[in-house]
Amino acid sequence: MAAPRVGTFTTGLVPLPAENVDTDQIVPARYLKVIDKAGLADALFHDWRFEADGSKKSPPFVIDEPRYAGHGILVAGDNFGGGSSREHAPWALGAFGIKAILATSFADIFKSNALKNGILPIILPAELHGTLMQIAKDDLAATVTIELATATLTTPDGTAHQFPIDAFSQKMLLDGLDELDYIRTQGEKILAHETSHPGTINTLQPNAPR
Amino acid sequence: MPKTIIEKIWNEHVVDQQEGAPAILAIDLHLVHEVTSPQAFTGLRARGLKVRRPDRTVATADHSIPTTPRNLPIADEMAAAQVKQLEANCAEFGVPLHGWESPNQGIVHVIGPELGLTQPGATIVCGDSHTATHGAFGALAFGIGTSEVEMVLATQCLLQRKPKTYLVRVDGTLRPGVSAKDIILALIARIGVGGGTGHVFEYAGSAIRDLSMEERMTICNMSIEGGARAGLVAPDETTFAYLKGRPHAPQGADWDAAVARWRTLTSDDGATYDKEIVIDADTLEPMVTYGTNPGMGLPISGTIPNPADESDPAAARALTRALEYMDLRAGDSIIGRPVNTVFIGSCTNGRISDLRLAANVLKGQTIAKGVRVMVVPGSADVKRQAEREGLDKIFRDAGADWREAGCSMCIAMNGDQLAPGEYAISTSNRNFEGRQGKGGRTFLASPLTAAATALTGVIADPRTLPGMSR
Repeated sequence: MAAPRVGTFTTGLVPLPAENVDTDQIVPARYLKVIDKAGLADALFHDWRFEADGSKKSPPFVIDEPRYAGHGILVAGDNFGGGSSREHAPWALGAFGIKAILATSFADIFKSNALKNGILPIILPAELHGTLMQIAKDDLAATVTIELATATLTTPDGTAHQFPIDAFSQKMLLDGLDELDYIRTQGEKILAHETSHPGTINTLQPNAPR
Repeated sequence: MPKTIIEKIWNEHVVDQQEGAPAILAIDLHLVHEVTSPQAFTGLRARGLKVRRPDRTVATADHSIPTTPRNLPIADEMAAAQVKQLEANCAEFGVPLHGWESPNQGIVHVIGPELGLTQPGATIVCGDSHTATHGAFGALAFGIGTSEVEMVLATQCLLQRKPKTYLVRVDGTLRPGVSAKDIILALIARIGVGGGTGHVFEYAGSAIRDLSMEERMTICNMSIEGGARAGLVAPDETTFAYLKGRPHAPQGADWDAAVARWRTLTSDDGATYDKEIVIDADTLEPMVTYGTNPGMGLPISGTIPNPADESDPAAARALTRALEYMDLRAGDSIIGRPVNTVFIGSCTNGRISDLRLAANVLKGQTIAKGVRVMVVPGSADVKRQAEREGLDKIFRDAGADWREAGCSMCIAMNGDQLAPGEYAISTSNRNFEGRQGKGGRTFLASPLTAAATALTGVIADPRTLPGMSR
């Protein structure tokens, strides 16, 4: 499993003007019974997209509208991704083709999980966010360019805006580096810390009978 | 410089801190369950890595397992495969497993404390956002994604940014009929579901000190519903009394040394926090949620808010949508709303003290006609203890369904679920759309409020029950 690599991409917008979109909406819990990461594209926003018999809703949920087909940036409301820690949420978003989410804020665990899967959670100031939400609704041909190396988002009128991103995550994604590999480079320090902090927790051996 | 307990635990666990990079943080206890671990073990296998510290890792099955009698097979093929995969992974990598038929099985956040594995000052993680529960012991405990589960399995470490700190001081004394669940629902109603983002809560104040360990767990459990990945309570005599003699707690001289160390885990006088809030316990009422996130809660005597009164258009839109989903009318009182199901259980309120509170209300009574009441103990141990005390008989005699331990209808992965359109009052932690079954509608409340509601079939104020006492 290679680490994700992100560079520069240009794509259309999909408006999702709902606040506090939680991970139970992104992937309902009954789709968490998988033991791999495959096939989650249909689980994405499942209960907003499909009827009980499995057919698509009519009119379709926004990500299924033909006019938004192929658009890779979701413009969502405040506090996107709250609730459960399920990484199935970014897996499903990625499987569907979402590359970035624009919102005024994100829940902590979702933000961390998204970055580990090469999906950019981009925090925008309210005014710019409102402008892009309106463009997403009104101008289907509009595209936005995101350049990770410079952390800039270029709006359809050609204006470049800087967005905040943790410098470490930025470097890891640009170079396609793996966080687990990074931790493993510090093996000696980990061993030294373990030796100096023996602790009292041992899951293998109880000290007393139940 | 004076430090908070959060900073003290953090500093103790930093293995390495490079300029511009997150810290490498050592993890003392890693809890594993069937739903968020299979892809992590697959990753280890692909990399040819082992589990670095099986002695700091423990697994159980809780999320997708049925709560029907354990002598029946798991009917759901995908759930059965997931549980089987957990068993195979634990066997291959040497991870101790309290499997679905084990006497120690239970919801991961119930068994950690029960077994004495959850200890003060520890860093504790699990691929589950309710890991904050363990903060009740003065541990820094938080939920992680599956990529991070793989990192912890391989290295017993994580990459983390130092969190900000948020003091939640709850002063005063709770009134009869008001409990720990009402404190946390009141906090979330005040700060909103994103209020604690980027922070760790420290719960302090006289009302928190007065709580039992199980009540503290209820509060810490729902830190994530307020946006904080973790929440904790500094350890004290209540903590040590709960832990002493538990299977994995230190014994003898080790116990004395551990307690001496744990006593230093308090926030220093003069320590500062990034944010603070004060809540007056004396003025709290039982709380009930009316909407589709845990921040949409109100005191039980209140009325359902009107989107027209919201000054923020986004909040008005969210409230309109929530009331539509819940099929509730602005201005109506929350008391008296009918329910189809009462769910008593979960890592929030599935412990023995929760079941005792509910049983006390239902004793000698009959649940309302047409209402389904499901009581699901948080662990096999909670179930045994309840049966020793005869609580199962009280529940059954009242007409409730007494189940085996698991997450059950809190997450509705295992077939325990609402039908579309049904209402539940639930002691669990989330009222999101479809959380307890596609199209289902959830009112979150305390075990006392849920039990009072079971008797009438409509949302009822537990303070009106005869002989109401804490």
